[in-house]
Amino acid sequence: MTVPPDPSPAPLEIHDLTVSYHKKPVLWGVDLAVPRGQLVGIVGPNGAGKSTLIKACMGLLPLNSGWVKVFGRPLRDVATRVGYVPQRESVDWDFPVNVMDVVLMGRYGRLGLLRRPSAADRAAAKACLEKVGMLPFANRQIANLSGGQQQRVFLARALAQEADLYFMDEPFAGVDAATESAIIAVLRELRSQGRTLLVVHHDLPTARSYFDMLLLLNMNVVAFGPTAQVFTAELLQKTYGGRLTVLSEVAHAVGAQERGAP
Amino acid sequence: MPTATTFRAQGGRRGGMAAALVAGLLFPGVLHAARVSDVAGADWLDQAARFLSFRDLSVRYAVCGAVLLGVCCGVLGGFVVVRKMALMGDTLSHAVLPGVALGFLWNLSKDPVAIFVGATLAGLLGTGMVRAITHTTRLKEDAALGLVLASFFAAGACLVTMIQRLPTGSKSGVDKFLFGQAAAINSGDVWLMLAVTVLVLGLVGLFYKELLIVSFDGGFARASGLPVAWIDRGLMLLLAFSVVIALQAVGAVLVSAMLITPAAAAYLLTDRLHRLLWLAAAFGVAAGVTGAFFSFLGHNLPTGPLMVIGASTVFAGAFFLGPRHGVLARWWRRRDRAARTRRENTLKSLYRIGEEADFAAEGATLTELARLRKETLEDAQRLATDLVRHGLATQSDDLVYFTPAGRQRAAEIVRNHRLWELYLTNSANIAADHVHEDAEKIEHVLGEEVVRDLERRLNHAAVDPHGRRIPTAGEIHRAAGLSGESGRK
Repeated sequence: MTVPPDPSPAPLEIHDLTVSYHKKPVLWGVDLAVPRGQLVGIVGPNGAGKSTLIKACMGLLPLNSGWVKVFGRPLRDVATRVGYVPQRESVDWDFPVNVMDVVLMGRYGRLGLLRRPSAADRAAAKACLEKVGMLPFANRQIANLSGGQQQRVFLARALAQEADLYFMDEPFAGVDAATESAIIAVLRELRSQGRTLLVVHHDLPTARSYFDMLLLLNMNVVAFGPTAQVFTAELLQKTYGGRLTVLSEVAHAVGAQERGAP
Repeated sequence: MPTATTFRAQGGRRGGMAAALVAGLLFPGVLHAARVSDVAGADWLDQAARFLSFRDLSVRYAVCGAVLLGVCCGVLGGFVVVRKMALMGDTLSHAVLPGVALGFLWNLSKDPVAIFVGATLAGLLGTGMVRAITHTTRLKEDAALGLVLASFFAAGACLVTMIQRLPTGSKSGVDKFLFGQAAAINSGDVWLMLAVTVLVLGLVGLFYKELLIVSFDGGFARASGLPVAWIDRGLMLLLAFSVVIALQAVGAVLVSAMLITPAAAAYLLTDRLHRLLWLAAAFGVAAGVTGAFFSFLGHNLPTGPLMVIGASTVFAGAFFLGPRHGVLARWWRRRDRAARTRRENTLKSLYRIGEEADFAAEGATLTELARLRKETLEDAQRLATDLVRHGLATQSDDLVYFTPAGRQRAAEIVRNHRLWELYLTNSANIAADHVHEDAEKIEHVLGEEVVRDLERRLNHAAVDPHGRRIPTAGEIHRAAGLSGESGRK
């Protein structure tokens, strides 16, 4: 995948980003510039800060240092150009809403305050449900869906955002094979429309075939580049191997000191 | 009522012991005397008629107040329940008590506005402290909630007791804020309640979309650029308002139940948030008015407990009688399914009897059926009668025949059973003697779609692991049609 030189600012640029949970650094000095029209996989071991990176980019966590720019501007100015698929477990699926209600939420950001979803918004939501094969279930209460179907609903909601940059947190977690291939087809379609996608992924073998670029993450960026160049035994060893125990020990010590623990 | 309060207040400010005594003894005394004569002269039917006729001004105020607080608490309670903030609501409602007492002490009168402001501030301070504790210590939210609830309520209880000891205090009515007294609601209270209810309904209507998304998925809402923190704060403020206006009638001890119980009942009955809010408001009104009514019947019993009992009754109704999630409906469905399973097992046995005779013989005898089902003849007769009643079989003497519908269902069940056995042995590598039990359960729940899929996966195999033939879809269809024709002859 070669991208012609693009004068417009990068969809996502991160500089010297440090984020902590309970004063303990989870991400340290992350620098990243993601080019347009790429399907990027974020991989790394458990606790490597994959979800944290996404949440920090979306402004859901306070940053200790550094900055994030989306299309060259602070996220707040361009929130409607950014789409989000949170982890499925992050919401209560017994919540009294049906599938259509959830997908319509994808329109709320561009509607802004006070305006109600219009017929056009409903039509758009329907088209998004159609794309993920969930239109027949539009009026179902969301608790009565399988895990794969719930994930498709989240994807449909993100599609309804009509964003240019997408962050997706483990969209393939706990889904059936049919849903997995349906999701990857939608992601590729979005990419071919020139949109940029960052996807947290936990399965290495499929990561290789799914993504154009890979971000190997373990508290900081181990490697970022085209999949063919980055998916090497040496770099993966570096990401998943023991080298970083020193880093996490230091992080632990820093956290303890900041908290004022004995 | 208003005159009594002002009189007492003036007396209190002058500090004149005598005036206070007069106010304390004379005024409520007169009111009380009137009531005593009611008790003596009238039975509860008259009292009910008096309530329902709305003759008394205090009854009108009490009912208006109950309706307003029911709507307000019901609607906001809907959000409390779906956001799992019930304990926060409880803490908020206990934390307002010291504010009530301080609001009273402000000018030593039951001034609705001063009490409203004091209580709201205390409630917000309490919830703010919960947040501060969870953010700065390792304590989790439940401990912080319990801590704030207890300490604020304790402070409030001390202050209320102190006010009671004041010369004017014992008749101040501040003690009514513990368990509530709808009859103590005056016109000023009603206007304040109306203002808050209009504000709550207006804001919830205007920002319904935002409240929905923030309640369901706060992270997504923030990522969409919506002002989540402001919406949360606004909801908290409205919650504090509604707790405070309900306080006079329900009391600090139980006011959180008016937030939680009507909404919890509504939650059991519907799957859409907007319907939940309407229902919760209706339940809140019903509970509120019932509470006020019984309080009046019982000559000004504390209203709060009665309202909460009303709300709990509504909840019990939803819990037992709810059409989908109700205990009764679930029990009925289970019973229904068990009966259907029994019928289908009988059909299966009839099919097996026919199969053993290569479908040459017409019908099966009751004795054969009893033998195969391992039942007595009487039980077999009962099974057969059940089939006849559901149009799945006919019976003449002791011979049982399929109807077309019965034959079709029997063939389907046999097919499901054998397909599933075959699937387990072929695809899941389970030994042939382990699969029967499992298939006995699965056969009744396999849908057509899954059956088609199984048939495809098994290459439309004709024989099960035990060497018996699996009926095909076409055969089932034809069987129904053919026996249908023979049935018509």
